[in-house]
Amino acid sequence: MTESGNNAAAPDVSAPPAVPETRRMDCDVLVVGAGPAGLAAACAAAESGARVVVLDQSPWAGGQIWRGEESAPGGSQQRAWRRRFRESGARLCLRTTALAAPRRNVLLAEAPDGPLEIDWRSLVLATGARELFLPFPGWTLPGVLGPGGLHAMARSGWPVAGRKVVVAGSGPLLLAAAHGLKAHGARIRLIAEQAPWRRLLGFGASLGRHPGKLLQGLSLGSGLWGAPYRAGAWPVRAQGADRLESVTLTTGARSWTEPCDYLACAFHLEPNLELPLLLGCRVEEDRVRVDSFQETSVVGVFCAGEPTGIGGADCALAEGEIAGLAAAERRDQAKALFGRRAAWTRFRDSLRVAFALRPELRLITTPETIVCRCEDVTRRDMESQDHWRAAKLQARCGMGACQGRVCGAAARFLFGWEREGTRPPVFPASVGSLAGLPHTNPTVRPNPQGCP
Amino acid sequence: MGDHVTISVNGRPLTVPAGALLSVVLAQAGITRFRRSVHGEARGPLCGMGVCFECRVCVNGQPHCRSCLTLCEPGMEVCTDD
Repeated sequence: MTESGNNAAAPDVSAPPAVPETRRMDCDVLVVGAGPAGLAAACAAAESGARVVVLDQSPWAGGQIWRGEESAPGGSQQRAWRRRFRESGARLCLRTTALAAPRRNVLLAEAPDGPLEIDWRSLVLATGARELFLPFPGWTLPGVLGPGGLHAMARSGWPVAGRKVVVAGSGPLLLAAAHGLKAHGARIRLIAEQAPWRRLLGFGASLGRHPGKLLQGLSLGSGLWGAPYRAGAWPVRAQGADRLESVTLTTGARSWTEPCDYLACAFHLEPNLELPLLLGCRVEEDRVRVDSFQETSVVGVFCAGEPTGIGGADCALAEGEIAGLAAAERRDQAKALFGRRAAWTRFRDSLRVAFALRPELRLITTPETIVCRCEDVTRRDMESQDHWRAAKLQARCGMGACQGRVCGAAARFLFGWEREGTRPPVFPASVGSLAGLPHTNPTVRPNPQGCP
Repeated sequence: MGDHVTISVNGRPLTVPAGALLSVVLAQAGITRFRRSVHGEARGPLCGMGVCFECRVCVNGQPHCRSCLTLCEPGMEVCTDD
């Protein structure tokens, strides 16, 4: 009996779901990610005559850093890049999520109108980064968000005006987010950076000719707009009934509680490595290994921006342009940009040292704290396991919708577990998009030049 | 009102700017609980950029839609996970 009867609540399970037809596209250079690195790669490749397609899962181009045209940081720089991109001839596919690599030189994505398969000759992975969240009691309360995420949503209209905000965690983004939230009317109560002053000073000095400029930015800058900046302080607990009401912070020696409407908290950034790993790119020390042309260990697959090491938008732009030129077989032109990139990769190395996470942060996750928010798995449930895969199988952490993007990174920090490979699809997808996906990864051809 | 559209949130009509971000519209409407966790806890957006899935809601009958990546369209029916 297949015709629909009166019982609408009982769908016919014997009929397969309607599978939308897979659209196909073909290009010379496929770029995944339309943030600074992806836009720069696309411009460079398209201006070299290559047919370029750019995918991004968001409804906007510019990535998180350049999201929200008028109020985004780097206003004139990002407007210039957007203009250059519009004039480059590259084709932009928004709301399109890369899912899998079903065959060599083919990427499967999910677009708003159904599955999309794209044939490419060169692939540039510019997948960006997400914020690193560390679990502590109360971090699951509504009102606890990432600083970058809250700032980005405030630029889209998220209500922060008049709200009390504590910004905490680590990294230069804390100050940028606090500044941005303040511009949208938020009342910044405190900025708490876990790194000690000693390392922040070292970071300032490493910036070159103007040592202390950063420090000025941090202390005087935040002082001028009325928000105290504390180094060597971190959150240990958030309180509230059904939403956040206050946060307790500590310096190790002293603890205190700040009432607030929002806690914007993350511990610097975590690169999005799912797609590079799926494609077989070699990853070491949380970075995709690339050669001087940004080519990964897989021939024809390039990587630029945060996945090669957290370095910010200027580093991403330099790497993206090099990757785009190399992907379009303009390696001589790419060489001219090596010098500019070198300056930013030095900055990237000092970031890594300055904002390294203190070991005490492993103690803010109590045994009862939920680590995996999708499946409500606590630290106690996880820590008896030996490695991530065992924890997944035994405790179900990382088995929910985010596929371990949040708790996997936390577990690597808390327990020192190794990162494991990725399986397709790299994002949850509809059944239609997954029809015809092979069960194994395609074979990849290693880069004969190797990687540094 | 040419630039506005009407959507429904938990059965109630809501007039919002066309193309507004759904997570933002829900927050502006005073909703803090976007979903309930498997143990029944209130949850709302965490990452704001499509990674954590904590802002997921049901849109036009389709569950698990990330409201932080969804733009409001006329007639959209949205259910938060009560």
